[in-house]
Amino acid sequence: MAFYDKIRNIDRRVIFLLIGLSVALPLIFTIRFPEFPTPMVKQIFGLMEDLPPGAKVLVSFDYDPASEPELQPMATAWMRQLAEKRAKIYIMALWPIGQDMARLSIDALKRDLADKERETGEKVPFEYGVNYVNLGFKSGAQGVINVVLTDFEKMYPTDAAGQALSTIPLMKEARSLKDFDLIVNISAGTPGLKEWIQFGADPAGVRIVGGSTAVQAPLLYPYYPKQLYGLLGGLKPAAEYEKLMGDRYPQYADIQKNKGRIRMGAQAVAHLVIMAFIIIGNITFFIDRRRERSR
Amino acid sequence: MSRGRIVFLVAGGLFLAFLLFRSATGGMVPPWPHTVETQAMEPQYNEFGLLVGENAVTTGATSWKGPLTWFAAFLTLCILSFLYDDNPLYKFAEHLFVGVSAAYWMVMGFWTTLVPNLFGKLTPNLVSGVLEGVKDNTPEWHYVIPLIFGILLLTRISEKFGYLSRLSLAFIVGTTAGLNFVQYLKSDFMLQITQTITPLVAIGAEGFSFWGTFSNIVLFVGVICGLIYFFFSKEHTGVFGAASRIGIWVLMISFGASFGFTVMGRIALLVGRMEFLLRDWMNLVVG
Repeated sequence: MAFYDKIRNIDRRVIFLLIGLSVALPLIFTIRFPEFPTPMVKQIFGLMEDLPPGAKVLVSFDYDPASEPELQPMATAWMRQLAEKRAKIYIMALWPIGQDMARLSIDALKRDLADKERETGEKVPFEYGVNYVNLGFKSGAQGVINVVLTDFEKMYPTDAAGQALSTIPLMKEARSLKDFDLIVNISAGTPGLKEWIQFGADPAGVRIVGGSTAVQAPLLYPYYPKQLYGLLGGLKPAAEYEKLMGDRYPQYADIQKNKGRIRMGAQAVAHLVIMAFIIIGNITFFIDRRRERSR
Repeated sequence: MSRGRIVFLVAGGLFLAFLLFRSATGGMVPPWPHTVETQAMEPQYNEFGLLVGENAVTTGATSWKGPLTWFAAFLTLCILSFLYDDNPLYKFAEHLFVGVSAAYWMVMGFWTTLVPNLFGKLTPNLVSGVLEGVKDNTPEWHYVIPLIFGILLLTRISEKFGYLSRLSLAFIVGTTAGLNFVQYLKSDFMLQITQTITPLVAIGAEGFSFWGTFSNIVLFVGVICGLIYFFFSKEHTGVFGAASRIGIWVLMISFGASFGFTVMGRIALLVGRMEFLLRDWMNLVVG
């Protein structure tokens, strides 16, 4: 009974410590599990793979470092795939730090492409103004989307670096949101994917795929499949996407280039510990109830 | 002193000792600025200016990565210390975070929106020094209107003229409400209802789909029973009561799924921070 009472009244700090260890140890000893991509992840991957060379894709980075662990892996995977597919990438942000998160992705992609060129000799073109453009951040949330729906230049007189939009070759092909083949949104809250569906994709009639934090995902699933083509909700689908990328493009198969898959090891062990505590909590609940009834 | 506090202090002391030991033995990034040496090959010429070979040249630059990483790790530990109990270190990190975030928002808002979208339109030549792209633009004087509205917003800080800010606020509220109303009605109401109306028997390109049909039936039953639960004008008894109870189950399952996702998200954030502490700071990751 003493053991039962100890388990029943376990100090919350002991639980925190166990969760901390369950995250730390798999990270230290690099414990990893295989990933099995789900149909929705495969569907998004397939859509990206089917993009013709030169397809115009708008990528909006609507998150900040607080959500980086979940969202950066999917952002990087998408940027790699878009570059490999020779898509024309238009980057913007509705969150102030989104612009810097985009810069992180661009820098990572440039390093990846340089590695690829060194290893295989194949050069993927990724030149500013020709293959991609960074429009940067504008405040105004859905108001920004509402303006770019009809005219980009009205909202963006210049790109993130201060260069006039009219002098950027890529911007000559996309005057408004309606000119795009696909919208990709990576968001951690408001403004984010919901606003992009409501104010961007729906009125423009452009297909949209999204990546969101796990917390946000249940609120976004109702838009699937007609208003939202696919959703990566949290770290798990991001890791699955990285697996698909590694299978299709072997230069990205190296686990060190796949943050999502590295993090999923720790995530899976932590989930097992949480599940164990939920089971213990339920057992103690039923034992207590039986005791009360028998009194 | 309580037993818990003694355990906390002992654990904290051991952790500090571990950090000192690791940084002293060169296992971690040093907490002070250090010189990072980079090697590059430079061409070597003879007295006639002819290329005779290459020389390895080492250049050193001061790196602030160490102190910045240590400071970031300190702030992370301050935030995590809340798990033990509320304390001044946690409050310090929290206030610093809020202050820096607010300042960053303000600075970004000024340089990315006000400068190009307002001053760049009104006085392109004035801002062309910092924003070359607007140099040749002609002034668009109608942007004076948002400028006036913006200034009126600032009158809130004055007791005497504070009422003037209501004009701007009314405009903002009215525009946002109007904009949201139309799109919410279309995307969140009409289109969501349309999406819910699906045939119970799913027949795709490859013929009858068992799981598609099952999914559509679950959607139909779930929506109807969920709505019945929220229908309070009739007593929840008989068939109506049974449907209402199914509605409760549907809601509970959806809440459970949301909770599961929330746990997943929070753990992912913890993994990100732990990764920073263990890999970038303590250099403890094996492989």
